[in-house]
Amino acid sequence: MVARWTVNLHALIAQTDAEPAVNVALNIGFGLIATVMIFAAFSVVTTKNVVHAALYLVLVLAGVAAQFILASAEFLAVAQVMVYIGAVMVLFLFGIMLTRAQIGKEDGLNNQGWQLGIPVAVVLFGLLGYVIFNTFEDDVLEERAPFPTEQLSDQYLSAYLVPFLAVSFVLLAAAIGAIVLARKD
Amino acid sequence: MLAVNFLLLAAVLFCIGVFGVIARRNAVLVLMSIELILAAVNLNFVAFAMMNDNIDGQVFALFVIAIAAAEVGVGLAMVLMIYRNRKSIALDGLSEMKG
Repeated sequence: MVARWTVNLHALIAQTDAEPAVNVALNIGFGLIATVMIFAAFSVVTTKNVVHAALYLVLVLAGVAAQFILASAEFLAVAQVMVYIGAVMVLFLFGIMLTRAQIGKEDGLNNQGWQLGIPVAVVLFGLLGYVIFNTFEDDVLEERAPFPTEQLSDQYLSAYLVPFLAVSFVLLAAAIGAIVLARKD
Repeated sequence: MLAVNFLLLAAVLFCIGVFGVIARRNAVLVLMSIELILAAVNLNFVAFAMMNDNIDGQVFALFVIAIAAAEVGVGLAMVLMIYRNRKSIALDGLSEMKG
């Protein structure tokens, strides 16, 4: 009896070894973060308080940074935290404080026909989900060490040098443009 | 981990962002919805970089982050200017260009 049980156990272990390794902890972490992100994103587009919307957006962007780490893109995660949570959110909060008079809940944040957005979003998601499932049903993201940052910088300074310079020029132009647009006189 | 996980999460974020752009009347909230859309695109880029074991996807994701930062800067400057001229940032009131 015991012998048969151990044989079964061995067979079970062999079977689990043969299957492609699925990291359960990774999947649970992904699911938790994804749930928080979807809830927060939903709150961004439904809440009645503009400041709360900005704070929920912080939650979404932090979740994106966490997913970047799960997808072994560590440099991007750090860049996401610094650029979005550090800089863009401060800009948003400045924008909110400079353009609104009342504190707290506010009516009239939505358009007249805002319900039209619901069918559009649902149909779009149905279409995207169908295409994604059909195309990438069996593709597995294999666990790997993080991409080294040297590789990223090598790409920037060789193959993507011209786009990199163009982006830096765009950033300069945007900064100057923002100053010109927003100055008082 | 399955590629479908990442892609479906990005699709959900994208659709929520599209809904926000359609439904919201406040210009700052529309800009936030655009940020949601760009975050979804970045997730897709990174997932495909991992799937193909190729770092080019991350390169493009960094480009998207830089362009998004520029877009928010210019967009909020425009919102500020509209607010100064009209004392409101309701987007349905901006109908001067209507024929």
